[in-house]
Amino acid sequence: MKTLIALVFALLPALTLASGGGVHLDEMKVDLEDKASLQRGAKYFANYCMGCHSTKFARYNRVARDLGIPEDIMSENLVFSGENIGMLMKIAMRPEDSKKWFGATPPDLTLVARVRGADWIYTYLRSFYEDDSRPYGVNNAVFKDVGMPHVLEGLQGKQVKGCASVVTGFDPLTGRELEEDSCAKTDHDGHPIEVLYLEEEGQLDAKGFDKAVADITNFLVYMAEPMALERRSIGFWVLLFLAILFIPVYYLNREFWRGIH
Amino acid sequence: MSKMSDFMGWVDHRIPLTATFEKHMSKYYAPKNFNFWYFFGVFAFLMLANQILTGVWLTMSFTPTSEDAFASVEYIMRDVEFGWLIRYMHSTGASFFFIVIYMHMFRGLMYGSYQKPRELIWIFGMFIYVALMAEAFMGYVLPWGQMSYWGAQVIISLFGAIPVVGDELVTWIKGDFLISGITLNRFFALHVIALPLVIVALVFLHIVALHEVGSNNPDGVDIKKYKDEEGRPLDGVPFHPYYTVHDLVGIVVFLFVFCFVLFFWPEGNGYFLEHANFEEANGLKTPAHIAPTWYFGAFYTILRVVPDKLFGVILMAASIAILFVLPWLDRSPVKSWRYKGWISRINLVLFGLFFVLLTWLGTQPATGIYAKLGLISTVVYFAWFITMPFISAKEKTKPVPERVTG
Repeated sequence: MKTLIALVFALLPALTLASGGGVHLDEMKVDLEDKASLQRGAKYFANYCMGCHSTKFARYNRVARDLGIPEDIMSENLVFSGENIGMLMKIAMRPEDSKKWFGATPPDLTLVARVRGADWIYTYLRSFYEDDSRPYGVNNAVFKDVGMPHVLEGLQGKQVKGCASVVTGFDPLTGRELEEDSCAKTDHDGHPIEVLYLEEEGQLDAKGFDKAVADITNFLVYMAEPMALERRSIGFWVLLFLAILFIPVYYLNREFWRGIH
Repeated sequence: MSKMSDFMGWVDHRIPLTATFEKHMSKYYAPKNFNFWYFFGVFAFLMLANQILTGVWLTMSFTPTSEDAFASVEYIMRDVEFGWLIRYMHSTGASFFFIVIYMHMFRGLMYGSYQKPRELIWIFGMFIYVALMAEAFMGYVLPWGQMSYWGAQVIISLFGAIPVVGDELVTWIKGDFLISGITLNRFFALHVIALPLVIVALVFLHIVALHEVGSNNPDGVDIKKYKDEEGRPLDGVPFHPYYTVHDLVGIVVFLFVFCFVLFFWPEGNGYFLEHANFEEANGLKTPAHIAPTWYFGAFYTILRVVPDKLFGVILMAASIAILFVLPWLDRSPVKSWRYKGWISRINLVLFGLFFVLLTWLGTQPATGIYAKLGLISTVVYFAWFITMPFISAKEKTKPVPERVTG
């Protein structure tokens, strides 16, 4: 089934390998003011990520306060049973166990956005594809042979890597999309360029899935530096104060130096 | 009024408060032609105060153990009231301290502020610089991130290149066979007590030496040559109030830039706070690319230029040591570059540019074109010092004015 091929266009850049071995990352526009997005991100994160990944430097009630989630709703839906809302967001999974299960202990994600950057997370979560050679049946185009299973598969659907028709541009006269088989072109090593495309849609359509991943990314950016908005708003007032302070200070200096030549 | 002067009299009979204030402030005559470059001394002082004050508050919440150091930094960032502000002031302050110090040193090079009779000011300054590098290095280890750990690994292992005692020395510095909580704890002690004391003492000496001979100026002329009937230099103004109000303008502008970075760009694109350092130290996972913080870049490049570790360490040590003898390498009859020959002037600009290049290269992988550029820049760096005695002694200089030129 290649009915969704047109949507591959959005994913294509994720697969174009740069010459340095790095992967091209899709740009993600972070918006920390978008509370709704952050709340959805927190929900997805709690449902799909927190089974294995802690955010152990952050506290539940701080997240609730910053994101505008009432504490009772937070306690019911996001806080693990037995935990207190004032506690750090640790997980029950023991590192020794998870190392056995996944080959590596899933890292704490409190600061992942400051280590990897938003674009990386956004692209990574959208770049899982079927690969039977891997223990969990999936591989990742951004993080090769990663131990993590595709936990969002239910939302995204089945993504595969192979030759597919991709949109290469638009006809200048008709405005129609121009399509070409990705494998018609080769990469630097002469291999045909394979792309990721959806074979089977999940609960969300491609656009909806991108949005969900953007929400998770947005939440992780918030998580990495929860005071970012406060920092900027205080910064504005500090700079304004200094700009105003400059005026008397400048004239004071001019007054004193008036007689010096 | 009389009560106040009675009180001051009482104090002055016991400690020379008024006399000291007069000697170093209200009757300390500074040349009236200071320009932009002369702000950086006071900026350095400001940054020192910033680092000490914010450092005291950080110490209140920081835990110097390998288990808790990383978490305690995040605790400061998240749970301590305005902890993030104090931490960013400290981390941004570290980078700005070095920017300011480099500008301050370059000022010295431009106007010959290291020349006779100011050799000791320069040497004390160099000791401050070296102490500051040690201070910054140890401070960088404390948050116990991946770069803290692996950066420390690289720097400490340099001592291992020393013949015979190298390996023993490395173990002695670490206090362990690996970099561990013991290393972290001793670096904490050195960072918050020992080195700040050394730096403050050296700054004191730097200023005492400066005030003994008086400040140089952009023309490099001696303002004490022409005095009025009361013995005041004609081209000087009392530091207080003239330069206190003048520096205040500079400080406000400087703080504006500082606060802009602090509030809107604290990571400085990964140069002020490195991305990899937001990951907790892991002795089993070597990062793909280990880079020192930007302010050590130049020396790191020089270290990597030669494939032999011992020779690299010697070259790096030499690149710092040679700065100490600068006052005796410059044999020019004039101080300021305004009156030196054009070769010296071009050389100084090149030296500055290549130092910036060396610094940048230190943050990049030493491969391909970067390695070649590193070699060229290192040669230029040393060539500047080595050729200086000949060029400065031989070249034709311009006549130096008797008085300062505005």
